[in-house]
Amino acid sequence: MTSSALTGDNTERKTGAGTRGEPASPRRRSVLFGLLTKSAAVFLLLALWEFAPRAGLIDPTFLTPFSEVLSAIGELAASGRLTEHIQASLTRSLSGFGIAVLIAIPLGVLIGWYKIVSDLLTPLVQLFLNTAALALLPVFVLILGIGEASKIAIVIYACTWPILLNTISAVRNVDPTLLKLARSLNLSPLRLFGKVVLPASIPTIFTGLRLAGAAAIVVVIAAEMVGAKAGLGFLINDSQYNFAIPSMYAGIVTISVIGVGFNQLLVFIERRLTSWK
Amino acid sequence: MSAKISISGVGHTFGVTGHREGLTALETVDLDIADGEFAVIVGPSGCGKSTLLDLLAGLSTPTTGRVLLDGEPITGPGVDRGIVFQQYALLPWRTAQANVEFGLEAIGIPRRERARRAREYLDLVGLLAFADRHPHELSGGMKQRVAIARSLAYEPAVLLMDEPFAALDAQTRESLQDELHRIWQRTGKTIVFITHGIEEAVYLGQRVAVLTSRPGRIKSIVDIDLDRGAAEDIRSAPQFAGYRHEVWSLLHDEVARARELEKEVVPV
Repeated sequence: MTSSALTGDNTERKTGAGTRGEPASPRRRSVLFGLLTKSAAVFLLLALWEFAPRAGLIDPTFLTPFSEVLSAIGELAASGRLTEHIQASLTRSLSGFGIAVLIAIPLGVLIGWYKIVSDLLTPLVQLFLNTAALALLPVFVLILGIGEASKIAIVIYACTWPILLNTISAVRNVDPTLLKLARSLNLSPLRLFGKVVLPASIPTIFTGLRLAGAAAIVVVIAAEMVGAKAGLGFLINDSQYNFAIPSMYAGIVTISVIGVGFNQLLVFIERRLTSWK
Repeated sequence: MSAKISISGVGHTFGVTGHREGLTALETVDLDIADGEFAVIVGPSGCGKSTLLDLLAGLSTPTTGRVLLDGEPITGPGVDRGIVFQQYALLPWRTAQANVEFGLEAIGIPRRERARRAREYLDLVGLLAFADRHPHELSGGMKQRVAIARSLAYEPAVLLMDEPFAALDAQTRESLQDELHRIWQRTGKTIVFITHGIEEAVYLGQRVAVLTSRPGRIKSIVDIDLDRGAAEDIRSAPQFAGYRHEVWSLLHDEVARARELEKEVVPV
């Protein structure tokens, strides 16, 4: 219970304020105003990024003005290299994330359903969750080599624990009166699961999915920085070595756009699935 | 009079960690409920009222004695008994209509028939206009009406109600009591209604069984015979006050004893 509350907090911070539970305003003007309010801080940051190096507050060699970063992104995109790097990173992170989902949700349901198993295993899951995945990167490289396998494996590792922990706590915390209702109607275990436990667990499972989504990107970038020939992490590191600072920032901006995009996608799916809220 | 429900010598003991002999919630309860009767069970908090209802529902089995339904021992839950919970137990992701359909799905009624029956029973509780609303869009009273419609929709012979109106405000509670009384008259169900409210018990019940504090036993059974046509506001009629006082007197000592018991239990 405490763990899910904790992770819930984290997600709120990550998704930013006001992404939840705001009724759509009927008037277009206030929608526009809302959009302005939400994007004001981002635009301010970008403006600062543009003008601080131009005004000489920061050495422009180290902080490329934002407009030049944009043109670097344009060049990288035109040469096809950006797509190649994005593809490499996304393939690794999405396959790792996908495999983690397939492992962690069914496993979490099983663990959560049996109280004794969940009491037994939850501390272990907590331990894994709080062991920084990146600390284990050398181990993964040692065992699986420097290729794709170790990168996907570490993404799986990093994604599994938040999904597992949240699925366990979701199943454990299904409203007991709903379970009592299901029992009073003699529902079969399969129907009980499909009609009560799973729908009731979806919001909490999604908290885990969003945490895992963020972790997938962090971990894949780090793994690519350590050893890779393609991917956004490689692009950033490689650009820095070669002093191609604008393209280094291009990589960073691309990652943050992808991160925000992936989170928004998960939020969108969650909203569709929990439209009753 | 053939008993629809027959409770004889029923006792129930919970295993409690730290207590070797466990906690006795009920002790030799005897009660017969006739077909079509509206029976109310009142008792102080913690007297085992809900335990008794769980036994009737088949959600737990008595430690001693037996509970018969139509002469057969109750071996488990079944759709011949509908339960209405205090906390409504509505599925928040389903609309009012889909919630009513939930019980019908459990017994395998075809989809179209399900929808028809669900709407029929929503209409019975006066909520047809709210069929497409989700529980969070409904007031407490409306939620409980949906839950009642759900329990009635699969047409159980017995309706078991566990303090269903306890979480509602006074006005909503009174109007739901009226409505439940009307539904009972219309459907002829056997209703076992558990409450700690004396007025509620007297207003609804044909018979009111008063339980003692833990371990719960039947202290006394009061037959209620209100002439409902006599006054517009039956709750303020002298005969109503008489019954109210009778039940109150029976409960009074038990409530005091239950308080003492709670004090003893707390430090453990």
